[in-house]
Amino acid sequence: MSGPSTYEPKSGFTRWLDKRLPIIRLGYDSFVAYPTPRNLNYWWTFGAMLSLCLIVQIVTGVVLAMHYVPHINLAFSSVQRIDRDVPFGWLIQNIHSVGASMFFLAVYIHMFRGLYYGSYKAPRELLWILGCVIYLLMVGTAFLGYTLPWGQMSFWGATVITNLLGALPVIGESIRNWLMGGFSVDQPTINRFFSLHYLLPFVIAGVVALHVWALHESGQNNPTGVEVKSKADTVPFTPHATMKDLFATTLFIMLFAVFVFYMPDALGHADNYIPANPLQTPPEIVPEWYLLPFYAILRAFDFNIGPIDSKLAGVLAMFAAIGVLFVLPWLDTSKVRSMRYRPAARQFFLVFAVVCFGLGWCGGQNPGNILAKSGDFTATLTWIQGGQVATQPIEAQSAAQWEEAARAAEQGAQGAAMMAVTRSGATTGTLRAVSGGSPQTRTVRAATTDELETEISAVKAEVGSAAPFFTVERYTPFTFTVTRLAQVLTLYYFLFFLIILPLLGLRETPGRVPDTIAKPVGDGQTQGAA
Amino acid sequence: MFRALSAAAVAVMAVAGVAFAAAEAQHPRDGNFSFESPLGGYDMAAVQRGFQVYSQVCSTCHSMDHLAYRHLGERGGPFALYMVRNEETGELEPHVGESAHGGRFVDVTDNPYVRAIAQAVTISDIDPNTGQPVDRPGRISDHFRRPFPNEIAARAANGGGYPPDLSVITAARHGGANYVYSLLTGYTGASEGTLYENHYFPGGRIAMPPPLADGAVPYADGTATTADQYAHDVSTFLQWATDPHMVERKRMGVIVLAFLLVLASLLYLGYKQVWRNESH
Repeated sequence: MSGPSTYEPKSGFTRWLDKRLPIIRLGYDSFVAYPTPRNLNYWWTFGAMLSLCLIVQIVTGVVLAMHYVPHINLAFSSVQRIDRDVPFGWLIQNIHSVGASMFFLAVYIHMFRGLYYGSYKAPRELLWILGCVIYLLMVGTAFLGYTLPWGQMSFWGATVITNLLGALPVIGESIRNWLMGGFSVDQPTINRFFSLHYLLPFVIAGVVALHVWALHESGQNNPTGVEVKSKADTVPFTPHATMKDLFATTLFIMLFAVFVFYMPDALGHADNYIPANPLQTPPEIVPEWYLLPFYAILRAFDFNIGPIDSKLAGVLAMFAAIGVLFVLPWLDTSKVRSMRYRPAARQFFLVFAVVCFGLGWCGGQNPGNILAKSGDFTATLTWIQGGQVATQPIEAQSAAQWEEAARAAEQGAQGAAMMAVTRSGATTGTLRAVSGGSPQTRTVRAATTDELETEISAVKAEVGSAAPFFTVERYTPFTFTVTRLAQVLTLYYFLFFLIILPLLGLRETPGRVPDTIAKPVGDGQTQGAA
Repeated sequence: MFRALSAAAVAVMAVAGVAFAAAEAQHPRDGNFSFESPLGGYDMAAVQRGFQVYSQVCSTCHSMDHLAYRHLGERGGPFALYMVRNEETGELEPHVGESAHGGRFVDVTDNPYVRAIAQAVTISDIDPNTGQPVDRPGRISDHFRRPFPNEIAARAANGGGYPPDLSVITAARHGGANYVYSLLTGYTGASEGTLYENHYFPGGRIAMPPPLADGAVPYADGTATTADQYAHDVSTFLQWATDPHMVERKRMGVIVLAFLLVLASLLYLGYKQVWRNESH
């Protein structure tokens, strides 16, 4: 792609160096002379931002590590010390925590761009797969880093995620205990998480080098998806792409700065300002926003699939959601790269993007929240007002004969207006029968089960001791909860990759693809905006 | 005739006394705090009064482990001392809290106000000569005195409840300072055993008795000594304690964003210049 090197050392020193270590040549060929398609749009500027994010995270992280103490009793205080006493510690810490979110924001846009313009197709499969590896490492690093401040969400997030891995058959428990360094999240956990959190960014940097190498071998894709055919299709990377990247990256830094200086805590969770307490589970355990879609997929599996229980199914689906990206180059059968010329695929892609946002939303909600229902929750209470209560003990010969004894006792109390059996032990209980009095009934309605129970309790409190006992018949309407929505969205997520893309590529009629990127076809303008 | 229904699950005893419903906590009311706007700073007089409320009321149960007395007198703190030259007399005058234009910051080690605050507190320490436990006056390097030596003692003294540390309380609660302000003024007066009804608290019942009463803390600056005013002041103080660098942060943000705006404009012009003859 790059062709023969056009670098010419100018001074004596650079000629000397070029014979021994052609590092300037490498830099020149990669970032100056490197031919860039001339039609790249702003979606192609996120690679530069991601490089910046990685550097920022590593630099701020190295400084933070000088002050941070990986100890269960000191970690929270050490972060407070960084915020309060370390010169500009508040700034460095804010940049690092906001930086994680900005990193993910940029990487998601970068990935959606790759999806839309078919940047994963031959000859860029490895480039895409390396990108997926980077993303996976980023998820791991972010999770480990979120644990380190040792707040409530840190601790319980770590507990939930390590326990999830325990759901894997055979090896799960070993992996979990190995990750935790024991049988619960504790001192060994924070120590190894800190170690790994320091290690992984450098692994990411290494894979990024491979990613860039692969990029420079195959060349950049472009919005038309048509391969570069001649020098006329390209411009030199510097100054053309460099200037554009610098401009776009500066806008990105402005957004970054708005969060760092004006909303440093907006992307985090308040509970992480409460020191970790292993004895107190927070009311809700949620990951950071960038992992919410996967969290929603995990929780969508509230049912067992044959021998696979719901927990394992959720874990497998969550990993499959990332795993499917790795095989995407072979799932999409279309010969046309860019969805600009695939009108049908474009519709499915837009739905897919909405589904991803929807999953993120579901991940942040209480899974039992009701989005729609067929009617009210109702309950009918029945009781006898002012009757005579007769109490009679029931004794069964054995626990197995309990039902029989209870039925016999009920038979004996025929004629009572209402009766109830309370079992107090394996073989013992009482039968209370009411005779006389007037039967009463009342129906209450409410919007949720909790409210219904409150209404029922209110009626009972109102009637009070005038009734010895109540019978309650509850009616539950059909409800559409957050979990149901997450299930529908999860289904689409996998359908998109496993069914829609493979079939669509074989059946769709793509629009007319231009011959070269420099000379769009006549109706190229109507096919999609540049 | 009603069918007899067996099993305890359906035959429910009529138990009176349902008490409060575990409803969602009420949304906090707005305290109209000066620091809520993007460029708003702290009302330092309110932070000072809030510190007084904390010292005289809250600190009997609540610790603030992450704060040291010296923090009160560091740049941006409520008792930071600035020497400002009076234009008319030419004398240097002390300004506490607010830095007037041209004021010279006095290092916290030379700040008599912070020293007095620290010395008024008794700190349990180890005698450096005998190694025995000893009580001594506080130093500015001491962290805020803990009301209880440990969590067990705190729970034992508070009917089983644990008064949380207040160092970062406004960050640790949804709603921040507005939540604290609403909670402190949100008691309905009803109570049940050792729990007090307060709709701003999740669950509706809180173990903390209403802490503030009109006139409980005397103010020197003539501000109204009402429970509502105390709550507002102490919430302002707790917000400062949580985020002591806020003013510096917001000020730096303006400079950084202005710089980036100019830089982005120049880069845009450069980008247009570079691409002016290229079709794309």
